[in-house]
Amino acid sequence: MAKITFDGIEVDVPDGTTILNAARTIGGGIVPPAMCYYTPLKGSGGKCRACLVRVAAGSAKDPRPMPKLVASCVTPVQDGMVVENTTSEQVLNVRKGIVEMLLINHPLDCPVCDQAGECDLQNFAFEHGVSTTRYEEERRTFEKIDIGPLIQLHMTRCILCYRCVYTADQLTEKRVHGVLGRGDAAEIGTYIENIIDNEFSGNVIDVCPVGALTDKTFRFKQRVWFTKPVNAHRDCENPKCCGKVVLWYKGKDVLRVTARKDQYGEVKEWICNTCRFDKKETSDWTLEGPAHIDRSSVISANHYELPVLNAQVIADLPESSVRDLEQNPPMRLGN
Amino acid sequence: MESTTAPVKPQFSEAAKAEIDRICKQYPEERRKSAMLPVLHIAQAEFGGWVAPEVQDLVAEVLGVKPIEVYEVSTFYTMFNLKPVGKHVLEICRTGPCQLRGSDELTLELERITGAKVGEGPSADGLFTLKEVECLAACGFAPVVQVREKYYEQLDTEASVNAMLSELRNMVHRPALPWEEKGLPNAVANN
Amino acid sequence: MGRKLLTEHINVEGIDTFEVYRKHGGYRSVEKALKTMTPDEVVEEVKKSGLRGRGGAGFPTGLKWSFLAKPEGVPRYLVCNADESEPGTFKDRQLMSKLPHLLIEGMITSSYALGANTSYIYIRGELLYVLRILEKAIAEAYAAGFLGKNILGSGYDLDLYVHPGGGAYICGEETALLESLEGKRGNPRNKPPFPAVQGLYARPTVVNNVESIAAVPVIVNDGGDEYAKIGVGKSTGTKLISACGHLNKPGIYEIELGVPVEEFIYSDEYCGGIWKGRDLKAVVAGGSSVPILPKELILKTAAGENRLMTYESLSDGGFVTGTMLGSGGFIAMDETTCIVRNTWNFSRFYHHESCGQCSPCREGTGWLEKILHRLEHGHGNERDIDVLASVAKQIEGNTICPLGEAAAWPVSAAIRHFRDEFEWHIRHPQEATRPGAVYPGKAVLA
Repeated sequence: MAKITFDGIEVDVPDGTTILNAARTIGGGIVPPAMCYYTPLKGSGGKCRACLVRVAAGSAKDPRPMPKLVASCVTPVQDGMVVENTTSEQVLNVRKGIVEMLLINHPLDCPVCDQAGECDLQNFAFEHGVSTTRYEEERRTFEKIDIGPLIQLHMTRCILCYRCVYTADQLTEKRVHGVLGRGDAAEIGTYIENIIDNEFSGNVIDVCPVGALTDKTFRFKQRVWFTKPVNAHRDCENPKCCGKVVLWYKGKDVLRVTARKDQYGEVKEWICNTCRFDKKETSDWTLEGPAHIDRSSVISANHYELPVLNAQVIADLPESSVRDLEQNPPMRLGN
Repeated sequence: MESTTAPVKPQFSEAAKAEIDRICKQYPEERRKSAMLPVLHIAQAEFGGWVAPEVQDLVAEVLGVKPIEVYEVSTFYTMFNLKPVGKHVLEICRTGPCQLRGSDELTLELERITGAKVGEGPSADGLFTLKEVECLAACGFAPVVQVREKYYEQLDTEASVNAMLSELRNMVHRPALPWEEKGLPNAVANN
Repeated sequence: MGRKLLTEHINVEGIDTFEVYRKHGGYRSVEKALKTMTPDEVVEEVKKSGLRGRGGAGFPTGLKWSFLAKPEGVPRYLVCNADESEPGTFKDRQLMSKLPHLLIEGMITSSYALGANTSYIYIRGELLYVLRILEKAIAEAYAAGFLGKNILGSGYDLDLYVHPGGGAYICGEETALLESLEGKRGNPRNKPPFPAVQGLYARPTVVNNVESIAAVPVIVNDGGDEYAKIGVGKSTGTKLISACGHLNKPGIYEIELGVPVEEFIYSDEYCGGIWKGRDLKAVVAGGSSVPILPKELILKTAAGENRLMTYESLSDGGFVTGTMLGSGGFIAMDETTCIVRNTWNFSRFYHHESCGQCSPCREGTGWLEKILHRLEHGHGNERDIDVLASVAKQIEGNTICPLGEAAAWPVSAAIRHFRDEFEWHIRHPQEATRPGAVYPGKAVLA
């Protein structure tokens, strides 16, 4: 075990834990933001630099500060390490700079982007950035690539987190997409027109922190904050699929199916494309109750997490769900 | 003139296959992917100076990797031409030290003489493709142009530029590579 | 005349062959090390020599070697970084093409010291012709029993291979180089783990520059103490300086560290002064990434002392008034040089060579280049200089690998020392962008 001090809070974590995960065990507002790191994906992290923190003391053995800010998501703790995140002016300033860098070539097309409302970049910019820009140059554009009928690729929005590449690599047998080119011309692509089609390919949508990979079947259907997320499950025949999802309702219609994310936006159990794209009837699912939505999210503006038998909530749910909920009251609320 | 489209089902020549085998042995058995860059170089030399998608697929097959793993690499490294090129690709160094000694002027001169434009397709006669590259590590002999494995240095006089171009114009086949000396490589046969 | 430890025989006819090289004392260090020294004793000599990494960072080579993890039964590797591509640097290409056996000898002795049984020379892809030279020389060394199994009957085995890159400056960064050697994109790795613990194929690995490795034979032959006697202070031994730009005699010079910069530029033994009888304006002393210095500061430190070709003297004054020895890529610019144009050129280079993996570098290098491009072409505005300085600062120190710094430093330094020339481009775009325009000096801004 290693004892570290993070923003003045002491915490004991197992050796080898990253600084970020140590901070997550504390939780709350001191946790550094992460745009590329994704716990379930091996090799992820270190790229976006959103999670840079200052190591004021390297370890008990060698208490010198580290010369540069470090990526908390890939830097392991040392016993006696002292880390500054929100308590360091330098870190906060650098983070503003990172926001600026991630936005200079971003199209800022939130009004027409399906990710708006659940976009990590939007949240990151809102929480850590400044509201003006100094960028006067032309923004980068890419040639459009069609990657099939299920997933929509908007390369201009991509922040090159590589999460979708790791997902395809680690979840599927035959990865057909990757990062092509280099520098600021690097892009997610298939090089030779190829449809990203595999029973688990849809998971790239959920891991994408921005609107670069979105659900084509949900495209322009509804702003996410007007939909009602409801946890549901089914007995999926695919042994690798957990069958546990969130159904995004508008009225009685299931507009979209996603895997469940934890408070850091991470999917811990993957779902197959059948569950995601083909099961859009309430009758396909056993409903559990409203999905937990973080208070900070814009989606929570229309979301009430009250006891599920509360009439207000039930009034908004499709009849079938209400019936289902009445017959099978959930064991617990939220996720 | 080299063909501008790669054969539909390209195959490495026997000589190249032998060379690839030799190279793959340089890495641990389970690390055959390590041979990616050397094999891409061989492929480019074999198939007309560029690596068509089918050629990259062949490289993937030879190395036992997914095609995307080859595309990721071929698009990262600037030496691999992803579009058809002229018989000779003139890689003109444009970086600081060469610029200080006239690489900008050299580029304009080469565009004027050959009729090709940097970053565009080959010249009308199919002989030359012009490509600007970054530092070739020959700064003391600037300005510099690389053609295949040869460096042409101190191209700051009309005579030196003309000497290079006439050498290239008079070249019937590209110089054979070490492993080709005995075999019958595709590219030499195609040239 | 300074001593030539590496290049003494460089012009000897046939020195690229095993036979001639051997006749001139070649491979003695292999015999000495394998027959009379333990690996640790070799490491100790290199430590004593004070040799510092010649690729640019200047980290003590012996110390780097001593960090190598040596878990039982796990192979470890020595990889030679021959991906020379820092603008202004062209020493390794010359050394390898003319003295291939020197590098091979260094690789054998160094691999023995590190306990590596397989070693690689990663050479930039553009130098395929040098790869051919090295492979031929390696074949000769195998035939003579200096490579392969049981070298000189010592029981030590070594296989040595040459691996080409494919055109990517970033592969000079050691972890990007290792990724590339594994057949992948040259994306630098996050550190830790460092290569000394998890390098090539996740095994302990040392990566050293060509010139560093080439210095090992002489250190082993003469002893580390002897080597350390050459040079000044912590800048021991000799260094290859690649001199280029507006010099009368550009080329590669092996100098004893400590030669005054002024002597290096103006004496006939070295660069023979500035071409066309012109005056010197500025120097980039250690490859394009190190801070540019105006004539006054490259010849003398801020305190008025003679600037010497040493790690310490060149960095005297920090980045405020100093620079770095870096890779020894010495770029001289005459009085007609446009600093804005040159800075734009370097920024374009780093933009082009950024791997694109981490956001400050991917986005920031492009931003820098675009602003500088505008400035150079007469479309600058008063905010640009401050934005440039600030963007450079936002990149520096916040990236996965040192390419961020390499991209930021030239811009910061150019603004630091030549701000008025940038202002001239903004305020007098027509004059400044006229072909052949030369900045007439501060008076024009008044």
